[in-house]
Amino acid sequence: MSVAPETGAMEASATNRRPAVGTATPVLDVAHLSVTVRGDDGEREVVSDLSFSLSRGETLCIAGESGSGKSMTSLAVMGLLPQPAARISAGSVRLGDIELTRLSESRMCRIRGDRVAMIFQEPMTSLNPVLSIGRQLTEAIEVHTALSRGQVRQRAIEALQAVRIPEAERRLTQYPHELSGGMRQRVMIAMALALKPDVLIADEPTTALDVTVQGEVLELLRDLQRDTGTALILITHDMGVVAEMADRVIVMRNGAMVEQGDVADIFSRPKTDYTRELLAAVPRMRREAGVAAPALFEAEAGGAISNPVASVSDLKVRFDLHGGFFGRVDRRVHAVENVSFQIARNETLSLVGESGCGKSTTAKAIAGLVPYAGDIVVEGRNLSGLSRTDRNAVRRDVQMIFQDPYASLDPRMRVGDLVEEPLVVHAIGDRTERRERVADLFERVGLSAGQMDRYPHEFSGGQRQRICIARALALNPKLIIADESVSALDVSVQARVLRLLKDLQREFGIAYLFISHDMAVVENISDRVAVMYLGQIVEIGTRDQVFFDPRHPYTKRLIDAVPVPDPAHRRAQFARLDREIPSAVRRVGEEPNRVTLSDVGGGHLVAA
Amino acid sequence: MIAYIIRRLIQSALILLGVSIITFALLYLLPADPVRQIAGRSATPQTVENIRQQLGLDQPFFIQYWRYLTNLLSGDFGRSYIQRSEVSELIVARLPASLLLMVGAIICELAIGLSMGLVAAVKRGSVTDQTLMVTSFVGVSAPQFVVGLLLLYVFAVQLGWFPIGGYGTWRHLVLPSLTLGILGAGWYARMMRSSMIDVLRQDYIRTARAKGLQRGTILLRHAFPNAILPVVAMIGIDIGIFMGGIVVVESVFGWPGIGQLAWQAIQRVDIPIIMGVTLVSACAIVLGNLLADIVAPFIDPRIKLR
Repeated sequence: MSVAPETGAMEASATNRRPAVGTATPVLDVAHLSVTVRGDDGEREVVSDLSFSLSRGETLCIAGESGSGKSMTSLAVMGLLPQPAARISAGSVRLGDIELTRLSESRMCRIRGDRVAMIFQEPMTSLNPVLSIGRQLTEAIEVHTALSRGQVRQRAIEALQAVRIPEAERRLTQYPHELSGGMRQRVMIAMALALKPDVLIADEPTTALDVTVQGEVLELLRDLQRDTGTALILITHDMGVVAEMADRVIVMRNGAMVEQGDVADIFSRPKTDYTRELLAAVPRMRREAGVAAPALFEAEAGGAISNPVASVSDLKVRFDLHGGFFGRVDRRVHAVENVSFQIARNETLSLVGESGCGKSTTAKAIAGLVPYAGDIVVEGRNLSGLSRTDRNAVRRDVQMIFQDPYASLDPRMRVGDLVEEPLVVHAIGDRTERRERVADLFERVGLSAGQMDRYPHEFSGGQRQRICIARALALNPKLIIADESVSALDVSVQARVLRLLKDLQREFGIAYLFISHDMAVVENISDRVAVMYLGQIVEIGTRDQVFFDPRHPYTKRLIDAVPVPDPAHRRAQFARLDREIPSAVRRVGEEPNRVTLSDVGGGHLVAA
Repeated sequence: MIAYIIRRLIQSALILLGVSIITFALLYLLPADPVRQIAGRSATPQTVENIRQQLGLDQPFFIQYWRYLTNLLSGDFGRSYIQRSEVSELIVARLPASLLLMVGAIICELAIGLSMGLVAAVKRGSVTDQTLMVTSFVGVSAPQFVVGLLLLYVFAVQLGWFPIGGYGTWRHLVLPSLTLGILGAGWYARMMRSSMIDVLRQDYIRTARAKGLQRGTILLRHAFPNAILPVVAMIGIDIGIFMGGIVVVESVFGWPGIGQLAWQAIQRVDIPIIMGVTLVSACAIVLGNLLADIVAPFIDPRIKLR
């Protein structure tokens, strides 16, 4: 059982257990709801004929991929549809006895935040940067109650304590930028639950958070819900979260409900093909050892790789911070500290760790995008000793695929030209040869050569990521760095892109440096895994060594925090991070503790 | 914070030094001869030469500049060639009037510009929005002497609400301030509109709505402080634009400020006054920018002064 909130704000009571589904009168009843959005090509229905009801204390998960209408549904219930483009075209939303769809804006204001509250996906941008936490929290209470200033302040402190924020009183004077993402999301939850609403809508509340923080936030939502009896609508694309949290599940696709049912039934006996496909596409962590590591590693017992594609030793990346009267460097961010690893041909090495652990900076150093100290050797050539032209030649061998396929393609260039650009930059072939090469690449990544003259906005997210892959392949690289390259994609698309990456590796013998926060994806694609914490590698080994025999406590916590997409394996309590991850900023001259890795067998290196 | 201000003040002193060198050089290279202006048409070449020696204008450029600079550092701006009095006294006598005019103009700019921008952003795409934006465009593009004469004609001559010119009561202040502020008001309206539209799209506005806050509260408490940031940075730059504007506006309205002083000095090549007014203006611009930078962290806690 979890810790009960310290104060009376959330009135802990054991009698408020969730009632058996269907017996109580519904708190929220949505019937035949349709939402239309007006666009350039007329009105388009984004939610069609959706009906569901929600009882007190119940958790309903609405699952689906992007464009399924799940967010629009929640905005429609809140009366927050983007004006004037979107509107409710049919159906009703009843909260108790009140019909919300016909309510005036001023009466709806009294409902919002008081009886129906909402938390959003992006904790980093969902709080107003120029107002203090206290101000934002108290105004949510003030607007719906007639309490005195002191009472409101007391309620605000209680709400912060209920979401387990340490030093609640001091937080009131802080500003959002002084808090981490997980803390901010807790503030959002405190704000939403301060008035004990009948219904809480959480739209992807943990998607932007690190996996260890995700567990805490989910547990918090579950505990608070149990204490207050609030009905929860949880909108998510993550089937692991669904399995962990839901009583009932609605699966949506293209604005319509595909299937609804009890969480156990949805996972064990899905009725529709779409649900089955969705579940099949979810990357799972296989706890049982079964897949043999690539032959290369069995041969190299000591963990050293002969003739690696890339070899990094004692890599350090530090960023200077200026301060003091003369603006001298007085502190440094120790982003990467003494990182060493090797990647062989045909191999996928994954870097995992939470945001800020230095995994992306490591990748940038290898790609030559940030200054570094230490040695990076690609194909036997040390990058730091090379002239400008030689370094450019080496860069051909190292290509990158970024996280956001929407932002990493110039919207004003044709996709064919985008893929051709690396060839132009390195002056390879003439115009016709290059066009042929681009056409080949398009076919190879599963697009057609006929699409070369289109612009990026005409493609879906998955297709755009394929274009990025084609661009990375254009120069026949030896090493591709994939920085969170599938994180922004829906699971079904993600699975297809991962398969493409694996196929390309088999065909061309490319090595991947795969960077991800998603442990399940990492477990599926990697040959070897390195776990980073505060800029240093704390554990590195083959996939099976790291996932089935994790030695470092941080690795164990990372693996344990991943929600398992199986409602039978629901956890009562998640591993909790008692404090925030320490900062990597140090004063000049203050050296971080250097971890030493020792071999625990078979090249499995663990920090002591 | 204090270290920051001291560092900025040192930088400011260097900027002012640069301004003094450039202005002095430009005035030195000027084809008009101040001595001829002083001596008058009928003076003999001998008289002209005497005056030149008396004023030290026969010396090479660097000696002249060095002498001006050393005097300046001891607080001596020199004597006017024509008016036969200390430049510092002339400026001090007229500075309050100009500062008053500038404060009036800033108030007009902010009041008119920000409210126009706010309304236009909220009513985006409507007829109101389009009307306001066309109006702001007129404000931005109309020359100040035309605006000034137009305001004079309508509100002073025809309606008789305000005096035609002069200095003394708040009534005298209204039309000059409006004339000086209308240009900036046009800019602010456009900036505020785009900044506000951008802010209204942010996630935290959606959060504020989800809390059940009324529209007015959301606009004023959540959106406005975020939207005003770029405008605050602009106020510092604006003071520079004012310095050009007051020359025109003070002439049109007979306002006894340093703009008029400068205008008279330019006509008569009265170099010490031109130098003095230029340095005071440069000071105002530098301080205005510093002030805008100091105010910014109070609006946005993310901004740190280093």
